[in-house]
Formats: sequence, C-alpha cells, structure tokens
Amino acid sequence: MACQNCKSGQDRLSKLCRIIEKNDNDPSKLIPILHEVQREFRYLPEDVLAYIATALKLPPAKVYGVASFYSHFALEPKGKYVVHICDGTACHVKGSMNIYDALCEKLNVSEEKSTTEDMQFTVETVSCIGACGMAPVISINGKVYGQVTAEKAVEIIDELSAQEVANV
Amino acid sequence: MSKQMLNLERIQKDYKTALKKCKRRIVVCAGTACVANGSLEVFEALKKAVRAKGLKVDVKLEKHDDVDCLFSRSGCRGFCQVGPLVTVEPSDTHYVKVKPEDADEIVEKTIMADEYVERLLYVDPVTGEKCSRTADIPFYKRQDRYVLGNCGRLDAEDINQYIADGGYTAARMAYTELEPKQICDMVEKAGLRGRGGGGFSTGRKWNLTLPQKSDKKYIICNGDEGDPGAFMDRSLMEGNPHRVLEGMMIAARAIGADEGYIYVRAEYPLAVERVQKAVDDAEKLGILGEDVFGSGVNLKLFVMEGAGAFVCGEETALIASIEGRRGMPMPKPPFPAECGLWGKPTCINNVETLATVPLILRDGVDKFLAYGTESSPGTKTFALTGHVANTGLIEVPFGVTVREIVYDIGGGVTDDAGNILEDGFKAVQVGGPSGGCLTKDHLDLGMDFDSLRSIGAMVGSGGLVVMNKNTCMVQIAHFFMKFTQNESCGKCVPCREGTKQMLKLLEDIIEGRGTMETIELLERIASAVGKGSLCGLGKTAPNPVLTTLRFFRDEYIAHVEDKRCPAGQCKALAMPEILEDKCIGCGLCSRKCPVNAITGEKKQPHSIDPDVCIKCGVCAEVCKFNAVIGV
Ligand SMILES: Cc1cc2nc3c(=O)[nH]c(=O)nc-3n(C[C@H](O)[C@H](O)[C@H](O)COP(=O)(O)O)c2cc1C
Ligand code: SF4
Ligand code: SF4
Ligand code: FES
Ligand code: FES
Repeated sequence: MACQNCKSGQDRLSKLCRIIEKNDNDPSKLIPILHEVQREFRYLPEDVLAYIATALKLPPAKVYGVASFYSHFALEPKGKYVVHICDGTACHVKGSMNIYDALCEKLNVSEEKSTTEDMQFTVETVSCIGACGMAPVISINGKVYGQVTAEKAVEIIDELSAQEVANV
Repeated sequence: MSKQMLNLERIQKDYKTALKKCKRRIVVCAGTACVANGSLEVFEALKKAVRAKGLKVDVKLEKHDDVDCLFSRSGCRGFCQVGPLVTVEPSDTHYVKVKPEDADEIVEKTIMADEYVERLLYVDPVTGEKCSRTADIPFYKRQDRYVLGNCGRLDAEDINQYIADGGYTAARMAYTELEPKQICDMVEKAGLRGRGGGGFSTGRKWNLTLPQKSDKKYIICNGDEGDPGAFMDRSLMEGNPHRVLEGMMIAARAIGADEGYIYVRAEYPLAVERVQKAVDDAEKLGILGEDVFGSGVNLKLFVMEGAGAFVCGEETALIASIEGRRGMPMPKPPFPAECGLWGKPTCINNVETLATVPLILRDGVDKFLAYGTESSPGTKTFALTGHVANTGLIEVPFGVTVREIVYDIGGGVTDDAGNILEDGFKAVQVGGPSGGCLTKDHLDLGMDFDSLRSIGAMVGSGGLVVMNKNTCMVQIAHFFMKFTQNESCGKCVPCREGTKQMLKLLEDIIEGRGTMETIELLERIASAVGKGSLCGLGKTAPNPVLTTLRFFRDEYIAHVEDKRCPAGQCKALAMPEILEDKCIGCGLCSRKCPVNAITGEKKQPHSIDPDVCIKCGVCAEVCKFNAVIGV
C-alpha cells in the first residue's frame, strides 16, 4: 500500500531529524549521531547517510568516510540476531575459531557473506568483549555467553531459531 | 543544592548512620561476566527470598529506618571464572557459582543464622580446603588490590556509597587546598607512570600542559581499551566510575582544564551507562559543573562512545574521533599538550592512571611510593588469561615476578581442558599486540616498565596471556600480526603494507612454504615497520614477532627446515604418528583412512606411511585409545 510506505517514510525522516536536532546539528557530533541512527535503523542506509550529510552541511564523502572507517558502523543490513564471536587473545587461545567455524557451517555463512539469506543471523568476529575471564565468549545482540563450546553455540542458535518458528 | 552547602562529611555521616541500622549487606557481582552467568537473576531471587522471610530490604540507603538487609550490585571482583559471586557482610562470607535456586538456603542459613552454605564456598584446588571469606582465597591472598580496592564492594551506581567511603575528598582537596602546580608536583614526585601502555610520567605530562597559555584546555580519559584480552579499564569504569571521575577532576584542576571527555569503547555498553550515570549523579549533587567546591572553577564532563577502531586509542587519533573525523593519527609534535582537541592544549590519560590519582592525594606520596619498585612505583592491574587455573583481573605491586603471578595467583598452568599441567609452562604474552613474550627464563623477572622494555616486551595495557607447551609460538605471532594488520588505519605505507607482508610470511611458515630466507625477510620487514611507521600501532606491531623470533627461534626453524610444528598445532605440518605402546591394533584407523595410508597386523601396533598420508586427521579422531598423535 502506497500510503503505508509514505507514512513509514515520514516516520523515518522525523526520527532522523530528531536525532540530528538533539545533537544541535553539530558536525563534530557526527559519531554520536551515527550511533543513534544505527540504534534506530540497525544499520546506516545510504540515503540516511546522504541526509545526515546535508543536514550537517558536510560533504557526503566525509560522512561515508567516517561511517566506513569504524567497524561498529554497518553499511549493510544485519540479521535479526547479531552473533559476535570474540577472537581476542584469551578467547583465541581457548579455541574461539572452532566456534566461529562451527557457526559458519551451521548457518551457511562466511567472512564474505556474514548474514543468512533469511536475515535472521549475522555472524562476525570481534576483538575482545572484555569478559576474558570466561573465555571463549560470544555475544548475541549484546547478551554475553561465557565458556562456550562449538556444540553449545550451535545449541544456542538452534534455540533461537526454534523461538523464531514458534513466534511466527 | 548550592555548592557552598555541599558537605561531603554530612553525606558520609548520613550514609554511615543509615548503614549502622542495617544488619547485613548482600553484594552480588554485576560485572559483565557474572551478569552473563545469571547474577541478576540471583540478585532478584535473593531479594525475594529475604522478603519472603518478612525482612525489610533496601537497595539504596536513603531513609533512616531500620533495614534488615541492604542489597548492592557491585562491579567485577576479578574472579569472574567462578561467578556469579555473592558476598554477605559483615562476615565477608564469599559464595561462588551461585544460582537463583540457592537463594533460599543462603537467606535461611547465612542471613538468619550466620552459618555457611558449605557447598557454595570456594574450594582451593591445591589443598582441597574450603575458603569461607574472600581473604582466604589464594587468588586474592597474594594480590594488593589498591586501585581496584572497592571494585566489587561498592555499588557502582550509588554516589553516596562512594562518598561514604571517603570519595571526592581528594578532589575537594585539589580544588580548595592545593594549587595546580602543587598537584602536578605531587603526582610527579609519586612517580606515577601512565597505565595506558607507554609508561610516561603522569606528573611530568601535567606539568607540561599546565603552563600552556590558552583560553581553553581539555582533559580526556582514554577508555578505549582496544587491546584484545584486556579488561581492567572496563572493570574500573563499571565497578568504580566515580573514582575515575574524581581522578579526572583532579587532573583537570592540575592542568587548568574546564571541559573533558571520557572516551569509552562501543563494545562496553555497561561501562558507557555507568560512567554516564556517575557524571549525571555528580552533576546533580553539585560536585561537577559550575564553581566546583566553591573554587570558582567550572568543569563539564562528556561521555563519548567510540565506534570500534583500535587505533583510536592513540592520542591524536582519539582527538580526531572526538572531533567527528576518521580516527587517524597525526605526526607528533605538536603534542596534544600544546595543540590537542580543537587546537587547544589537551591532556590524555588512561582510565587506570586517573583512578590512581585520588589515592595519591588521599593517602600521600609516601604510601604510593611504598608500593612497587623504584622506577615503577605503585600497583598494576593485569588481565590474567589463557592456560592458567585462575583467570581474571588481578592487581599486584610492580616488581612481582612472573612466577608469583602464574603460580601463586594464577594457580598454575593448565592443559587445554583446564586441568593442571605439571611442567606445562611455555610462555606469557604480555602487553598484547604491542608487547612480547616472556619465557621460562623470565619466570623470576620482576614485572615493571623498565625490566619488560629491556627484553623487548611492554607492560602495555596489562594483558597477560599464559600459554602452555601445546601452544605454537608462530601461530601466536600470526594472531597478533593479523590483529594489527586488520587495525592499521592505512595512513602510512610501512604499517599498511609491511604488516600485510609480515602476515603473509608468517602464513608461509605456518603452512609449510617457509625457508630460512622467509625468517630473514620477516625480520628485515619487522625492523622497517618499527622504524618507519608514524604511530605507536605500527611502531610496536613487530614486537610479538621479534620477541618470539628471539626466544623461540628454534620453533621457527623447526617449521621451515624440518617442516615440523613442535607444538603439533600447525595443520599443514602435521604428521600423524601411531604410538606403539598405546595402539592395540584394533584396525579402526586403517579402515577409516581415506587413502589407505595405515597398515598393520591385527592386534599389533599399526603404522602410517608418511608419503601416502594426506593429514586429514580422521585416524586420530576415530582412535579410542588416543594412540594417534600429531594431527
Ligand atoms: C594504537 C594505540 C592504541 C592505544 N590504545 C590505548 C587504549 O586503548 N587505552 C589507553 O589508555 N591508551 C592507549 N594507547 C596509549 C595512548 O595513546 C596514550 O599514550 C595514553 O592514553 C596516555 O595515558 P597515560 O599516560 O595515562 O598512559 C594507545 C596507543 C596506541 C599507539
Ligand atoms: S602506524 Fe599504522 S596505524 Fe599508525 S598511522 Fe601509520 S598506518 Fe595508521
Ligand atoms: S591422517 Fe588421514 S590420511 Fe593420514 S593416516 Fe590418518 S586417516 Fe590416513
Ligand atoms: S579475549 Fe574474548 S572476551 Fe576478551
Ligand atoms: S564479573 Fe563478577 S567477578 Fe568479574
């Protein structure tokens, strides 16, 4: 329905405006703005970046340059569940890559294509979550799981998938 | 509240009076690791269990009524491995691995009857003894928790608790009794060296920033902690954020700054939240803001969330990031002290450095100098991880030996499954991607800035990764190289291209394509990268490679000359072998081998033909007697 689209488009815009206004249209607050926008849209769509550039009176290349420099900012949409496998020193020594490999195989994703077709899961490595005492560690949408094994990680994914099916 | 009326003693007294009326305090660890293990559920279950007994419960002491039980959520206590941790005061009863189901029993026994719940006590794996109090646990016994002191005891979100403990009196002293120059001198005299890695004298840095003439100066707290395997700054920000703020207030006064930023990495949402709450609460109470302690000086602090770039821990890159640019380092000079944030004089200090400062003012220079060594006074927090029985956050005076850390505090080296491995020690990697490896020969080396530098390692931010004899040092070098190569901002060629080449060469060695020339070339590039790079990232990137080459050269040579990985970790070089004394000749391996490389009579030890074997590892996997090794 066209109307629906139009409405949601406006919602998007007004949310964006609110975030930029809250940060006083201040170009030096670009990073906090990108953070908030990403929290809202879960990634940074191209048109949104262009809009931010216009609003802050910055060249679009600069906004894109900043967004692409920092690993926290996503320029592609991510899955509903973002699985971060810690590959910091402590976790690496305790076998984090086995977990990564197991999940990649399980979800049929890879370093190049980290999100599943159905947009449910994104699997990525990160360098240290800061819970090294419980290495190896993974986090799913911010929830931290410690002393994970490859089998346990697969189980967690199975549970989440089952929940998704139940919710439909 | 007006600033003149802000009376720390009054808050202190009120809180203590209220605390006296409260019979017991239950502290549940709410650090990241314990929360992950369900400590918040334990917290709720305990509250419910206490209420069910008809007792009066409070989570924030504000009223002066009698309270039976005060509940606090603390930050990390360092011993995350056995979390969730629960302590009951005043008896200091210390429970480990607590589950929500344990709540009723804890309340019944410990709260109502002052008894222990035996099964929740920590058992010393060496002596088999149960430790009822925190102080009895060997992991804590050999530490000196000075800076971390209240981390894990205080409710990080309750400013009154911090003040009741003597908090913000050092800041008040800095603003009302001392001149900026005096503070700088005091900190310089204490010999405090920056804990962010470089170990530069903090007092000297402040003394350089103070005389800069400018209408505006900035103080920045570096909470980026990009070092993988390190989480001490996180623990401080989460466990005692007010101490960090107090340190910033003192630093701001010392250099004449009236505005500051706390830059926290994005991966630490709880730290961001707690530091922000601490700033808000301090402002509300009138500690931060205008006319600090009636001194006529203002101080405004902002919290800024990083966005996941290791290089942003570097000072000039950090400044660029706060200004809303890509976090790329700039050549120094000019130093931030002269021309920093928005071109103004700026002082950047690490979280732990700043958290130490209030202690120097509070306890005096002499007490600080009593800790540590002559050239590295004070204590240092380390993140002890890897193949060691007790992992976690520790704090020791500088000068403590590697042996004491690994064996006395860490409880010894373990195998991959976590069992104590006698004689299993191989190395300790210290200082992360900028640091180096310590070997058996360094077990009695005192850990301090200068001793570590003398052997090519670095205190760095304080990551300590213990590695057992099954660890391949070439792979460890490769791991750190991959990290720096990933994180290089790409601004300068030696770092951008050099790290890439070094990584490739290490890959060649691991995958069996290396020759002696590979090692030579690796060394040559390493030295070029170290010399030619602009910032500390590139300058120190070769350290893990160079120290492993220096101390474990044999292992590199075994990889390139004998095509053998002494630790048996490198897949490409693996050569399975059947142990005669273990093989019972069941023949399972030979049946599963895809290329028929295994031969042998039934009930006789089998053997593998190395020329046929494709190193798939199936034989080792299927053997029920662990007779196949080397894949
Ligand atoms: C690549 C790179 C990363 C760094 N990361 C950090 C960091 O995460 N935290 C930190 O405090 N210092 C870090 N530093 C050191 C800082 O640049 C700076 O020296 C330090 O924050 C100064 O504080 P201090 O004198 O209190 O140690 C890093 C340096 C480099 C070159
Ligand atoms: S040394 Fe590396 S990280 Fe530092 S500025 Fe150069 S390219 Fe960037
Ligand atoms: S490693 Fe694979 S190919 Fe080699 S002997 Fe064992 S089963 Fe056969
Ligand atoms: S290394 Fe994985 S949490 Fe720190
Ligand atoms: S998080 Fe509880 S001890 Fe570290």
